[in-house]
Amino acid sequence: METKSILLVGVGGQGTILASKLLTLGLLEAGFDVKMSEIHGMSQRGGSVSSQVRYGSRVDSPVIEMGGADILVSFELMEALRWLNYLQPSGRVIVNDYRIPPMPVITGDAVYPEGILEELQQVADVTAIDAAAIAASLGNPRVMNVVLLGAIVKSMGLTEIDWPHIIRENVKLAFAELNIKAFQAGMEAV
Amino acid sequence: MKQLLTGDEAVARGAWESGVMFAAAYPGTPSTEILENLSAYDEVTAEWAPNEKVALESAAGASLAGVRAIAAMKHVGLNVAADPLFTFSYTGVGGGTVIVTADEPGMYSSQNEQDNRNYAKAAKLPMLEPADSEECLRMTKLAFEISERFDTPVLLRMTTRICHSKSVVTVGPRRLPEAQPYRRQISKYVCTPANATKLRIRKESQLEALQQFAEATPFNRVEYHDKAVGVVCSGDCYYYAREVFGENASYLKLGFTYPLPEKLIADFCSSVDKLYVIEENDPYLEEAIRMLGFFPIGKMLFPRWGEMTPDVLRRALYGETLPTLSFDESKVVPRPPTLCAGCPHRGFFYELGRRKNVMITGDIGCYTLGSAKPFAALDSCICMGASLSMGHGAAKAFQALGADTKVVSVLGDSTFFHTGINSLLNNAYNGGANVNVVLDNRITGMTGHQDNPGSGYTAKGESTYAVDIADVARAFGIRYVRTVNPNNLQQVRETLDTFLTLDEPSVIITRWPCALKKFSSEDRTEFPGAFSQKLTVDRDRCIGCRLCMAAGCPALSFDAVAKKAVVDGIQCLGCGVCSQICPKGAIGKKEAE
Repeated sequence: METKSILLVGVGGQGTILASKLLTLGLLEAGFDVKMSEIHGMSQRGGSVSSQVRYGSRVDSPVIEMGGADILVSFELMEALRWLNYLQPSGRVIVNDYRIPPMPVITGDAVYPEGILEELQQVADVTAIDAAAIAASLGNPRVMNVVLLGAIVKSMGLTEIDWPHIIRENVKLAFAELNIKAFQAGMEAV
Repeated sequence: MKQLLTGDEAVARGAWESGVMFAAAYPGTPSTEILENLSAYDEVTAEWAPNEKVALESAAGASLAGVRAIAAMKHVGLNVAADPLFTFSYTGVGGGTVIVTADEPGMYSSQNEQDNRNYAKAAKLPMLEPADSEECLRMTKLAFEISERFDTPVLLRMTTRICHSKSVVTVGPRRLPEAQPYRRQISKYVCTPANATKLRIRKESQLEALQQFAEATPFNRVEYHDKAVGVVCSGDCYYYAREVFGENASYLKLGFTYPLPEKLIADFCSSVDKLYVIEENDPYLEEAIRMLGFFPIGKMLFPRWGEMTPDVLRRALYGETLPTLSFDESKVVPRPPTLCAGCPHRGFFYELGRRKNVMITGDIGCYTLGSAKPFAALDSCICMGASLSMGHGAAKAFQALGADTKVVSVLGDSTFFHTGINSLLNNAYNGGANVNVVLDNRITGMTGHQDNPGSGYTAKGESTYAVDIADVARAFGIRYVRTVNPNNLQQVRETLDTFLTLDEPSVIITRWPCALKKFSSEDRTEFPGAFSQKLTVDRDRCIGCRLCMAAGCPALSFDAVAKKAVVDGIQCLGCGVCSQICPKGAIGKKEAE
């Protein structure tokens, strides 16, 4: 099977790392060769972050190159645009319609741009979801990341994998059912 | 059994399977997780050392005593450990010893991009370069064997992508090597000139034998496909090149890269038409290949800096990446890393940044972000511990020049214990006049919360003595030492006012835990109620002056339409810095819901 590339992007602290971890464990269990790459350290402190997941019968580079992603999943609105260069022109964007102002906006050196969603929709196949609202409706805004995982799984046709099992094995018992609900809500949102 | 592991996890696993008994490290991205993972194995004594030199020396001692040992560090850490490195190379080992260097092409979390493959050559150490997690595990195991067979420490050179990428690994059981009974060997381990001279000559014969090994090891392998193009590469560059050329090229994939297998390289270079060398950082392989009389295409085409990811290679080779979408890129605002909401460095940098005629020498850690807007309160950052010594030199220079510029030197608790402690000793001894500030957030923050000599816990989570930095300063002879709460702006302001007028070295310790720290029982006692509150803006009182934006807090933004400050209730941890800045008392505690 040809290698598939999933690019998860967001802001440090949004939980992209947990989402990509669950994703890779599911893919491994399904028998794929899997590679995942992410950058830790300084950029995690509120900076722009990415987790890159690649799977297939034989994966070479753990890094997704420009124009190489089958799907771009952005946990924050403007981050989708920042990483859009990494999407194949025929690829799909899932964007969380949620804004986190970067420091230049906070300090007044820049304004958070308007019309980002429209710009995305003009050039790419975009599904916008309000994962923050979905997570909040489930009672915990922090499960936004697992809502987005559900959206990825549905979009990439990976629904055959036993995801509730993967979630149960890898999140704290007390949060397992909440996360499974979040995952299912994400599947239904796309 | 198959597992999905990062390179760091696979090195730890490989060391454990090799029967390693002793491991030491100082945290440094991207190497930190090696020791974190080793500390989880009951059979391994795993320690956070105050710095990399100490880590390597501890490992060397364990090796002399007869057990397998490992020391891990980031690339710049090996500079700190370079002193023992070069001579340990002469003495060789008792138990097999592996030194891991994690380099940072692309400098994601580092101050430079040095290529530590040069250390293998300079210190005459055999070197292995894994290309994925499976190789991390297998090469770590091989490194211990090479170390014992050839009587030398071995350098395992990783890079950020190798350390932090996950791939599939087959794991195995732990096997203990045969125990080596200890005996005194003066001529081997006591490097007086007479002994070292003999060891120096022995080293050369070791390298000759290691070169023979390099020619034969399966980790140096040729993959012939189309011979019109040949690629020589090591580490992750092999997979990047495979991504771009696929089977339209032949590969010489080098995993054992010092000493280099010259015959294997010459044979490969002779058998292909067009020869590329793809490597990150320095032209290390390229220069060696040129010495053999070949003229590969290397750094004349590919960048000398950064990662050689497939898009970088495509751009260099073909002038373009894969097709991408075109869109309005002006709609993207930069998103630099920032101090977290609740970060105890915020209050201190807010006050320090408002001072005029002050030079601020900085250091390596989260507080380097004090250089970013809105604080812009840093004049230098070079290496671990340099803040205090550079500040000393600058203060002496200003004094000699008769300038009235004051100097404040800023570093964190872990960085203080790393090498700042030596610098403070110097400042006390030589009588400088800089204000030495230790931002003590009770943990090693930037690398993800590792314990240190001041935190009261070891790498294994065992309780230990927590060094009191104020006591250390007083023991050095510093008379002005004050501990403050950095979230109390008035206290910070008054302390800076007082200490900036002194003509002798002084120490300010800001003591408040990192907002992301998992509290110990001591923390809960010392900082009751920390981070348990949230603030909110009274919109009637807020006059939209934006002064609170100078806190540079990601939980605080400005609603340009309503012209009011807004607190993000999810992110806010209630440190209270913004509420002390507000001239109208409009930011206050939110009533519990």
